[in-house]
Amino acid sequence: MEYTEVHVLAVKELLYKMADDQLILGHRNSEWTGLGPVLEEDIAFSSMAQDKIGQAHALYQILHELGEGEPDTVAFMRNAEQFHCCHLVEIPIGEYDFSLMRHFLFDRAEQLRFELLSQSSFEPLAQVARKFRGEVKYHVMHADSWVKLLGVGNEESHGRMQEALNQAFPLALGIFEAGPYEDALKEAGIFEGELHLRNLWLEAIKPVLHAAHLSIPAEANDALAAGGRYGKHTAYLQPLLDEMTEVFRIDPAAEW
Amino acid sequence: MVSTRESTALHPEIWKALYAVKDPEIPPLSIVDLGIVTSVQVDEAGTVQVNLTPTFSGCPALKIMEGLVADALHVAGYEDVRVVTTFEVAWNSNMISEAGLQALLKHGLAPPPKHDGYIELDVLSDTPCPLCGSRNTTMQTPFGPTLCRSMHYCKACSNAFEAFKPVS
Repeated sequence: MEYTEVHVLAVKELLYKMADDQLILGHRNSEWTGLGPVLEEDIAFSSMAQDKIGQAHALYQILHELGEGEPDTVAFMRNAEQFHCCHLVEIPIGEYDFSLMRHFLFDRAEQLRFELLSQSSFEPLAQVARKFRGEVKYHVMHADSWVKLLGVGNEESHGRMQEALNQAFPLALGIFEAGPYEDALKEAGIFEGELHLRNLWLEAIKPVLHAAHLSIPAEANDALAAGGRYGKHTAYLQPLLDEMTEVFRIDPAAEW
Repeated sequence: MVSTRESTALHPEIWKALYAVKDPEIPPLSIVDLGIVTSVQVDEAGTVQVNLTPTFSGCPALKIMEGLVADALHVAGYEDVRVVTTFEVAWNSNMISEAGLQALLKHGLAPPPKHDGYIELDVLSDTPCPLCGSRNTTMQTPFGPTLCRSMHYCKACSNAFEAFKPVS
C-alpha cells in the first residue's frame, strides 16, 4: 500500500525510539570498558556497545534519508526531552548483576523486534533488521549463558540475579510502551506493534529464567517505567547526554 | 542489481583493482574475497559506483575501506568514483570465498564454518585450532579484539587463538 503522511510519521517515531535505545544503551555498555569483572566481560560489553552504536548510526541514517538531520547532529545535539528511549536503558550501570540482567531483557526484546521488522513493508528498515538480527544473536547467546550460570551459581549469585531481575523487569516493560501510531504501523505492514512484541518476549524469556531458577516479580507495574517514548525521562538521561556530547559540543564542525 | 559474477565479467579491470584492496584489520584478505563488494556499476558518463555491505554495522574499518576503494580506483585510472555502503545485500559469513577462508587461516584466524542460517553456541565451541588443527578446543568468549572475532583456547597445543565468527 501507499504510505500516507501518518505512516511516514509512524516510521520516524519507530526509528527514533529504536535508535535512541541503541545509542543510550550502547553508551551505558561502553562504561564497562576497562571496568569489567573479568577481561572477557570487559571485551564483551565493549563489543556490544560498538554494535549498538553502529546500529543506532544505521537507523539515524535512514531517518536522515527521510528528511531528518545528519546522524551526528541528531545523536549529539538533542536534549533529554527530545529523546524517545525507554527508561531501562538510561539507568546507570550499577553493579554487574544489574547490567547483565538489563542486557538480557533488552537484547531478547531487540532480537524479536528485528525478527519482526525483517518482514517490514518499509524496505530500508527490513534491510537493516536482517543485518542486526545476526549481530544481536551473539548478544543473546552471551546474556543467556551468564544468566543461567549465575542464576544457579551459589546463594550470593542467585540472590543478586533475582534482585537484579526485580529491579530491571518493571523497567523492561517500558520498552513496550505503546507509541502514538501503533495502528498505522500495523495497518501498513511496517511493524506488528509493541503489545505483540511484548507477548513474544515474555514467552522467550520465561524458559531461560526458569532454567536460571529466577522468578519474574509478581507485582510488576507497567506504569512505573512509562513516558520514555514521549520524552519523559529519568533524572539519569540528561547527565549522560551532557557527558556523551561534551567533546562534540566544543566544536561540532571539527573534522575527526 | 547485477550479480557479482555478471559484473566481474563486465568490468574485469575494476574488479582487478578492487581485488588488491585488503581488509585493514586482516591484511592478507582481499575485500572481494571477504564478500563485501556487492556490485560495480559504470554509468554512461563513466562514473564508477561500487557498493559495499558491512560485515558488522558497527565496524570501524568501514570508512577506511571506502577510502581505500576510492584510492585504488583512482590509481587504476578511474577519476569519477562513488563508494556507497548499503545494507541492500546483507553480508553473512558464507559469502567469504574459498581463497578468503585460506587467507584467514594464513593470518592465524580460524575461518567460520559454513552455516544454514542457524548459529548456536555449539558451532563455536568445537572450532578447529588454526595452529595445530585439533578440534579439542573451547570457546572463551564470543567477543574478541574486533567485532568479527571470537576467542578460543586449544587444549591440544595449549594456545589461545581467535576465530572469525560465523554470522547469519
